[in-house]
Amino acid sequence: MLSEFLQQLLNGLSLGAIYALIAIGYTMVYGILRFINFAHSDVFMAGAFIGLNAAKFVHVGTVFGGLEVLATAMIGCAALGITIERLAYRPLRNAPTLNVLITAIGVSLLLEYSGQKFFGAAPRRFPALFPVREFNFAGVTISSNQLTVIAVTVILMLALQFIVFRTKMGTAMRAVSLNPKAAQLVGINNDIIISFTFGLGSALAAAGGILYALNYPSIDPLMGVMPGLKAFVAAVLGGIGSIPGAALGGLILGIVETFVAGSPWSTGKDAIAFGILIVILIFRPTGLLGKARVEKV
Amino acid sequence: MAFLPKRFALTVSTVALLALSACKKQDAAAQKQDAAMIEVGEYASLTGKEAAFGQSSHQGTVLAIEELNAAGGVLGKKFDLITEDDSSKQGEPATIVKKLISRNNVVAVLGEATSSRSLEAAPICQADKVPMISPAATNPAVTRVGDYIFRVCFIDPFQGAVMAKFAKNTLKLHRVAVLTSVSSAYSVGLAKYFKERFIADGGEIPAEQEYSEGDKDFNAQLTAIKAAGADGLFVPGYYTEAALVCIQARNLGMQIPIFGGDGWEAPELIQIGGAAVNGCYFSTHFSPENDSPAVKDFDAKYGARFNGETPDGMAALGYDSAGVLADAIRRAGSTDGPALRDALAATKDFPGVSGMITIDANRNATKPAVIIAIKDGHFKFVESIAP
Amino acid sequence: MPPKSLCALVAGLLVAAGIGAFSDRIDPYYLDVLTGIGINVILAVSLNLVNGYTGQFSLGHAGFMSVGAYLSAAVTLFLGPRLLGAGGGTALEQGMLFLGALLCGGLCAAFAGLLVGVPSLRLKGDYLAIVTLGFGEIIRVIFQNVNALGGALGLNGIPPYTTIAWVLAFVAITIFTVLCLVHSTYGRGFLATHDDEIAAEAVGLNTTRYKIVAFVVGAFFAGIAGGLYGHFKQSIAPSGFDFTKSIEIVVMVILGGMGNTLGVILAAILLTLLPEVLRPIADYRMIIYSLLLIVLMIARPQGLFNFKRKKA
Repeated sequence: MLSEFLQQLLNGLSLGAIYALIAIGYTMVYGILRFINFAHSDVFMAGAFIGLNAAKFVHVGTVFGGLEVLATAMIGCAALGITIERLAYRPLRNAPTLNVLITAIGVSLLLEYSGQKFFGAAPRRFPALFPVREFNFAGVTISSNQLTVIAVTVILMLALQFIVFRTKMGTAMRAVSLNPKAAQLVGINNDIIISFTFGLGSALAAAGGILYALNYPSIDPLMGVMPGLKAFVAAVLGGIGSIPGAALGGLILGIVETFVAGSPWSTGKDAIAFGILIVILIFRPTGLLGKARVEKV
Repeated sequence: MAFLPKRFALTVSTVALLALSACKKQDAAAQKQDAAMIEVGEYASLTGKEAAFGQSSHQGTVLAIEELNAAGGVLGKKFDLITEDDSSKQGEPATIVKKLISRNNVVAVLGEATSSRSLEAAPICQADKVPMISPAATNPAVTRVGDYIFRVCFIDPFQGAVMAKFAKNTLKLHRVAVLTSVSSAYSVGLAKYFKERFIADGGEIPAEQEYSEGDKDFNAQLTAIKAAGADGLFVPGYYTEAALVCIQARNLGMQIPIFGGDGWEAPELIQIGGAAVNGCYFSTHFSPENDSPAVKDFDAKYGARFNGETPDGMAALGYDSAGVLADAIRRAGSTDGPALRDALAATKDFPGVSGMITIDANRNATKPAVIIAIKDGHFKFVESIAP
Repeated sequence: MPPKSLCALVAGLLVAAGIGAFSDRIDPYYLDVLTGIGINVILAVSLNLVNGYTGQFSLGHAGFMSVGAYLSAAVTLFLGPRLLGAGGGTALEQGMLFLGALLCGGLCAAFAGLLVGVPSLRLKGDYLAIVTLGFGEIIRVIFQNVNALGGALGLNGIPPYTTIAWVLAFVAITIFTVLCLVHSTYGRGFLATHDDEIAAEAVGLNTTRYKIVAFVVGAFFAGIAGGLYGHFKQSIAPSGFDFTKSIEIVVMVILGGMGNTLGVILAAILLTLLPEVLRPIADYRMIIYSLLLIVLMIARPQGLFNFKRKKA
């Protein structure tokens, strides 16, 4: 019993780590621009596909090869994210949020269906980038892929913390998220900061995509829809706009979802995420770690 | 005035739509008889989640139609195959089949490989009295829809029993867990029949878990199955999820035998599953390794027509569905609905490449099943089990 | 002398009956397309009430449609044989059963609209969008798990009661109802809520009430459209009522210009015809859809068919 519980916990942590990576991207963009980037889940998908194609050029199955593919995907998606922002969102910087939301939906659909057209809708095999091994510990089987997910997530989050709190760019990001007009007044170039934020968030989504594809090696152009929605729920759960909140929300959601999936009600596991969303929005709309925002009239 | 524009719009739209509808409906039955070619409709999942099935069966059907036309067709007319893709999506077969029947005036419909989508189209064919022949839908409910619905393959009560016997007698398993997809009629049905037979033979089902089509993560369900102490796992689903299940099971340290039904048969099973599916088994309708001259001949023809590919169960059944249809038209002497239906129902000992096809009183075919193992990344014939 | 609006409604119903009488002279493929257009018009106009007029961005409309589809199909499939008897009943009896089933579906959908509307009250903009999306998904998962309604496999063999006459009749009724609402005090309330919720509250308007009314009425007609859809396709499954379906309806509302009923009707017609016309290049259809959305939002946010200058 205990070993089953621990195994499920580990499964949940691994899944939750991926949700956390994607959720951080959502929350960063929301913090700065106050809108939900629906296309984020498709950047996640793009990361997996870039990884699939990059893997053809490296030695698959070595740590170094795996890291190369990861880096390529992260850089590629950072570029993609910045391009999307430049072309689709920047012209609407001053438009009502609803319009930008709709544009985001449009970009998301565009990425999904272009992917279906050009990559085919059928699932593709994602190669095992890192060497695969299993470890047994106290009745729990730990796959090296799961360890990779947790390790990479922790490293990326520490790197993110460093960037946000110890660098000038990070300080500028926080300034813009607090008050864009004031930030401009002190000489920050909002455009550059926003591009940087998108780039960073997209890179994290790409990492999430690669890690997801490592654990579930069947990728298809619509693979981002469900994880994206759930990661968004995770971001809201943790408090949208708060990076530690997104990470916490992701972990909680991953663990809850895994336990539901292992129970007799496993087919309800998708609904659980939305149930949590609605409960949180009714009872604590600012999320677990979020701060209440006063709306000025 | 607010309502004036509305009235105006209504009038304008009505006029426009009436103009559009000005095309008179032709007399469908007369059209079918007068046509210079025999129109045959096919709906298949050429793209999407079960693309492998649709593409395979489509290729088999195309090969058969081309052969028939090369030999001069039937009743002096050649066949015109009209194929539509349902993208493996629910809701599409209904639209497509309606279009095939009303717009293309087909005399019969071939399709589909999956039970869920066949169940969707069958009531429409039945209501319009157009015979439908499914190449590979194995859920018994499909032909129960009505007397115009046929299939050229075995049904799941038989397939479930085959796998149950195989698990008990050949693999010597006593506690087999079942992991079912709730998203397909096929999976739910096959799971049920397997369980019935396996328990009747003295086995136990220590764990039953479920998943939905499109799911990627089965760790939770597999962990529960591992904890229940099963010595085997039956996964009566489709190939994409089956491959992922095998990978994740092996990653969790589960070395127990994993097996499934004909939903596993696709090259993607090995592409996605890789080393994890080696040593797994599944039942299906046909093996290209069969020694009979008919099969060897079919293998050669198929390879010549389709870039050296080896045919699988879906291709063989697609080929046979067209063959059975042509044979019935020949015997009926017409393409008229009721006559064709009766001729199909009377099909006896048709020499199909997937086996001898006799349509029984329930409009199903009774045929042997073959067990395939996956060894070194290839499908290998293990044994054939007669009904 | 009955008011102009009622005359228009009666005229609409007569047109519907007229076309219905003609229908066996019309090519069935065109009839099918027309039916599809009609159902989409009902969906788009009902969503327009919520999104366009009241400014509540709802992304879960397909959920209400599915409630209507399932419940009306349940009535005709399960209660129908009992009520109609072995013979299948006369045309009049079938018609009455169908009407009853549709209304049942619509009312259940309206109730679902109430359930969604109440918790969503306090949310605005993006949050509301996500919550309605969440509700839409929850409804879908619920139907996936109700085995009596077919579970993930859905319901097949639904009797084909939908005829062009029924569809056009309900199109007329939907447009009539929505326009009546909009040109009444409710309408002023909707528009006020849309323009500036805080200001509306400040002058004493109960925006809560207006939002709920919009949701419930919108959901009712979505349910009717769902019922018509189920008895048209003869086959429904939870996967057909997902987020993508909701987005398709949203695109019609945006293309038509939020809050512009005539524009939305034209957009619905256009966007139903387009996939049929584009069937040869069906795989590009969604790519075109999405590009359309993006370009529209950047270049012409008021919609393609909106010729009035709407206040920003």
